[in-house]
Amino acid sequence: MIEKLRFRDPELAKRVTKKIHVVAPEEGVVKICHVCGTHEWTITHFGLRNLLPSNVEVIAGPGCPVCVTPASEIDEAAQLALKGVVVTCFGDVLRVPGSEMSLLDAKAKGADVRVVYGVGDAVKMAQKEPEKDFVFLAVGFETTAPSTAVEILNKPPKNFSFLVSHRVIPPAMKLLAGMEDLSLNGFLAPGHVSTIIGLTPYEVFPKVYGMPTVVAGFEPIDVLFGVYMILKQLREGKPQLENEYARVVRWEGNRKAQELMQQVFSLVDGSWRGLGVISSSKFMLHNEYAAYDAHLKHGVKVERGVDIQHGCRCHEVIIGKIKPTECPLFMKACTPQKPVGACMVSSDGTCRIWAKVSTLKK
Amino acid sequence: MLIVMCLAIPAKVISLKEDKAQVDFGEGVLREVNVTLVNAKVGEYVLVHAGYAIQVVDEKEALETIRLWNEILQTEPEANI
Repeated sequence: MIEKLRFRDPELAKRVTKKIHVVAPEEGVVKICHVCGTHEWTITHFGLRNLLPSNVEVIAGPGCPVCVTPASEIDEAAQLALKGVVVTCFGDVLRVPGSEMSLLDAKAKGADVRVVYGVGDAVKMAQKEPEKDFVFLAVGFETTAPSTAVEILNKPPKNFSFLVSHRVIPPAMKLLAGMEDLSLNGFLAPGHVSTIIGLTPYEVFPKVYGMPTVVAGFEPIDVLFGVYMILKQLREGKPQLENEYARVVRWEGNRKAQELMQQVFSLVDGSWRGLGVISSSKFMLHNEYAAYDAHLKHGVKVERGVDIQHGCRCHEVIIGKIKPTECPLFMKACTPQKPVGACMVSSDGTCRIWAKVSTLKK
Repeated sequence: MLIVMCLAIPAKVISLKEDKAQVDFGEGVLREVNVTLVNAKVGEYVLVHAGYAIQVVDEKEALETIRLWNEILQTEPEANI
């Protein structure tokens, strides 16, 4: 049934594109920001920017959790790996640059670094190899954090602990909304983060910042409809919070996931690569789960790292201030094979997505 | 194996056992996923992220979305571009 739905119907896409041109303003520029790597993928892969009026821009915000993970947290994982702890992580994290090395570099030096599909697989490995110490580098936004909470509450084996690096998206959106030089007009809110947190955390954007905010799905027509809904709100002068992705996003979100996250984590100020410290934006384990905190268990703590390598402009790409093609390193010194900045590493990273499409065009 | 961090893929629930489910991602790709976070029934579609079902896909809402899209597209004037 689901497969037969028309979320990629070219005819529907043409018609919604026409509507976008009807409601777009005749003058001035509209800047819509999304904060999800998968949105960027859909927009770039399907060439949706080419369908929009020339004065409607869709820019990519900090929607790639791997890209915003600070070098200090990669450094901690690399240090543990080099000390003989088995470090498990998502595939996207493997090549993210630390201050001096990535986890892949540590692996090349003989460390045991393993890629897993999810935290559950890492726990299984630890159960099978009780003689070794395992750490999971838990990167990801609210979409991923509940899975970490599930495993912590399931009481993983004694040889397992976490470097919790989860971050939450709404505080980063507030930071962007307040940046006057970005002058954003609307948010395309992330579909899968919203599956967990629901719509309430975004109410502030239309109410306080006067910005239309639409939670959108990831099919091309979802994104086009999201853009249309934002433009329509702007034309009518009534900024609201709307849900385009009702097939999986409920207004209240996933209550069970929210409860589990609250049981396990508290929010603390967190450093975001390229953005600096954002208050109440990072999850930390509650004291009662301190036994699973790899920082305490293995005595590792790196306060500061080198987030941006010389010449890299990831910090401007990550807030949509410049396009990847405006960075002098893009596809010259910095390529998917040899990334300089974190945005070129993850398949969620704006530079990586643009690199893939520019390669396809050739 | 690479995963995109915010990517989640719909899959059909084939069987359920405690907090685990066997799901079908289509074209015969079967995998066990954790269903602690959802109340899914056999035959329903769940959205899977990194081995965990994070929501049940609402088929009625999916159809309603398509219906609404068509309605909006039919009722409002078209531009000449």
